[in-house]
Amino acid sequence: MRMKLAATAAMALAAMPLSASADGEVNIYSYRQAYLLEPLLNAFTDETGIEANVVFAKQGLAERLEREGRNSPADVVMTVDISRINELVERDLVAGVETDTLSHNIPENLRHPEGKWYALTTRGRLIFASKERVEDGEITTYEELADPKWEDRICTRSGKHPYNIALISSMIAHHGEAETEEWLKGVKNNLARKPQGGDRDQIKAIAEGECDLSIGNSYYYGNMLKDENQRPIAQQVNLIFPNAEDRGTHVNISGISLTKSAPNKENAIKLMEFLSSPEAQRIYAEANTEYPANPEVKPTGIVAEWGDINPDDLSLQEIADHRNAAVKLVDRVDYDS
Amino acid sequence: MTEVVSSADPGLSQPLLAKRTSKRWLISAVVTTAIVALPVLAVIFLALFPEENIWPHLISTTLPRYLITTIQLMVGVGALTLIIGLSTAWAVTMCDFPGRKFFEWALLLPFAVPAYVIAYVYTSLLDYAGPVQRALREWFGWQNASEYWFPEIRSLEGATLMIGLVLYPYVYLLGRAAFLEQSPSLFAVSRSLGHSALSTFFKVVLPIARPAIAVGLSLVLMETLNDFGTVDFFAVQTLTRGLFDTWMNLGNLGGAAQIATTMLIFVVILVTLERYSRRRQQQFAARDNRDPIRRFSMSFPRQMICVVVCAIPLILGFVIPGATLGYYAWEYFDVSWNPDFVRNTMNSLFLSGTAALTTLIIGVTLAYSRRLHNTKGMKVLMRLSSLGYAMPGAVLAVGVIVPLAGFDNWLDSLTRDYLGISTGLLLSGSAFALVFAYTVRFLAVSAGSVESALQKITPSMDMASRSLGHSPGKTLLNVHLPMLRGTLLTAALVVFVDCMKELPATLILRPFNYETLATYVYQFASDEQLYHSALPALIIVLAGIVPIILMSRSISNSRSMS
Repeated sequence: MRMKLAATAAMALAAMPLSASADGEVNIYSYRQAYLLEPLLNAFTDETGIEANVVFAKQGLAERLEREGRNSPADVVMTVDISRINELVERDLVAGVETDTLSHNIPENLRHPEGKWYALTTRGRLIFASKERVEDGEITTYEELADPKWEDRICTRSGKHPYNIALISSMIAHHGEAETEEWLKGVKNNLARKPQGGDRDQIKAIAEGECDLSIGNSYYYGNMLKDENQRPIAQQVNLIFPNAEDRGTHVNISGISLTKSAPNKENAIKLMEFLSSPEAQRIYAEANTEYPANPEVKPTGIVAEWGDINPDDLSLQEIADHRNAAVKLVDRVDYDS
Repeated sequence: MTEVVSSADPGLSQPLLAKRTSKRWLISAVVTTAIVALPVLAVIFLALFPEENIWPHLISTTLPRYLITTIQLMVGVGALTLIIGLSTAWAVTMCDFPGRKFFEWALLLPFAVPAYVIAYVYTSLLDYAGPVQRALREWFGWQNASEYWFPEIRSLEGATLMIGLVLYPYVYLLGRAAFLEQSPSLFAVSRSLGHSALSTFFKVVLPIARPAIAVGLSLVLMETLNDFGTVDFFAVQTLTRGLFDTWMNLGNLGGAAQIATTMLIFVVILVTLERYSRRRQQQFAARDNRDPIRRFSMSFPRQMICVVVCAIPLILGFVIPGATLGYYAWEYFDVSWNPDFVRNTMNSLFLSGTAALTTLIIGVTLAYSRRLHNTKGMKVLMRLSSLGYAMPGAVLAVGVIVPLAGFDNWLDSLTRDYLGISTGLLLSGSAFALVFAYTVRFLAVSAGSVESALQKITPSMDMASRSLGHSPGKTLLNVHLPMLRGTLLTAALVVFVDCMKELPATLILRPFNYETLATYVYQFASDEQLYHSALPALIIVLAGIVPIILMSRSISNSRSMS
């Protein structure tokens, strides 16, 4: 009796939200919050009639995809951070896709050579400086963050956060591991407090006078300016595009990949092409104050006011390659303690 | 009507083990445990194939600190929850003071607040940029942080306080149920033999309540061990930190599974130690419901002490976070009000309810089989079935995917080969996967509390029923379950609220477009915008309150009715 009941319940549950594979759908595993994608996906459905379904998580979607194998309902994976995207490639979970539209819309340095991923937006990792306590031009490069004159004046989030790991990887790519270790030790010595919180929290700490400099992604600052309650806080800092005069500012990407097992491959490619189109790029970049990957689309609003960004032309692949070294470096320097 | 038996030979006497009739119980226990243990075994399996041996790097760098911090956190949270949980449980059960009835259920409220939410709330209130320090700076004219001292909320101590404040209800709930089930005459006897109330508490009441308190405490410790949200936000470096680093940053799932397995060993040792320490005692206290609890009447100052003792955890653990969320919900009402929100609430209620029921049924099956077959093997089965609780939710989710997707794909190949049709993924990526994950994760809660309550029912009850010709099943239905009503409700309540709050496994395993309140809140919280979803966060808390009130009532009633 009990077993029968349990079995019936199990079947009822299993049957309920059947994995979607009917025509007219595209299924997305997303490392980006669903609310960021919503306006875009609505526009996509309006234009093509294809329903877009989303699962959002910050961890474990690659594992889910891998285990589901050829039966996985997922058609595309949307990710942030180049290392995470690269992991999909290394684990052989994504397929190469090349179309004229995609190659036209997304520049070569922002896509995988075989089309295993395409960047959709880019964001700079910037330095934020107190308007009151830091002179214009007093700091212009990442390297200077290690200068002892900033002792007790810098705030950052955990060194282990993927965005900091990517920045450290780019330092390793430019300067080698030994020199980067010295640099990171210097930055650690300059910290005003133990690394904690998120990028916004560091800007808040500057506004309150706990520190004078912080590192953060451009869109956090942009989104704070958009929020009426947080605007006064954000307005107390200047943003600095580090290394603009030499190799360029470190940028990271958000991107999209086609899964190997995609049951709705055609729809998935339509979605990828749509997301790279000028129309979608405008919505996407604006929704989260990021830079569009499509060079035909000029940044608008707040992002446009910041002026042009000169991105570091180091290949994203190289950043991903140095990830493990960067993680171990953070442990060796004991950055987070 | 009351007996306390200490025997050197735990276990029921031979006649109960009428082999044939109870074999079915044994088999169902073995099968259930096998299914429930699959995800844990899957994680152990993953641990055999790391991408790279992570230990040399960990040992030479961060491992010692991770270990020490983890132990400090567990000791701190354990002590805090014991102090708050037991003092309040004792006060509301045994003392008479104004507001006692209110505190009886209100003390459970902090349990409805997810740890990641309370951590966020207190950080926004207490950190340097928060309103408290800002106000202090304005009043005293301080210019910056170097001019005054203020406790750092993002610290080990802060994390201990946050986690302790939302977890003490485990100890309170199980402690109170145990106090209620004790016969008041025991207490009276001790007093008449010349013991003070305090000495009676430590010499009679606590030892009898110990199995239940131990269950509560071990739940607290396991949850502390696998907490990621709070320690991550507070930058406290525990083992889970190392685990997620290895997984997400080094891309080494096998290495992460090894750390998870190490953490399991931690738990097994802990639980074994506790069991070992009371291996020689077994108590049967037949409860006499006709004998109502006589509460102490106390002087006014003492009553006020009781009020303060009960009010502090309630205010810190519930009123302040609730009010802060309420404020944000008001400020950001237009962004957080959302038509999806009824649907998300229904999803949360449906999943949590189903999981609570499943968990309860399995918990009773296991605990009762253990009673019928008190063997070493059964003991191991019980422990094995509870291990899911000690694993970080995200790791457990991967452990759930491995067998479910494996089964789906196996079935699919089979039907493709023989029938030419594809069954696709039947179980993984469905609500079934979620309920399964919740069951695996929270079985420890129900099985543990049912087991400890069953232990206190004297075997002479079973013997009487069985000698009258009732089968073990009938005996369970007619004798044990009615006596366990309070415990069963408590267990179901705890699992229900836990499921409402569960986040990491839900995120990974859910079907497309499927949001629960917790996942919806997390979308924003993970983007440093919890205030945008303060309303649904408040709803998680409120939705947890309703069953808390309902069930707390029935627990109290189970005492007065009979």
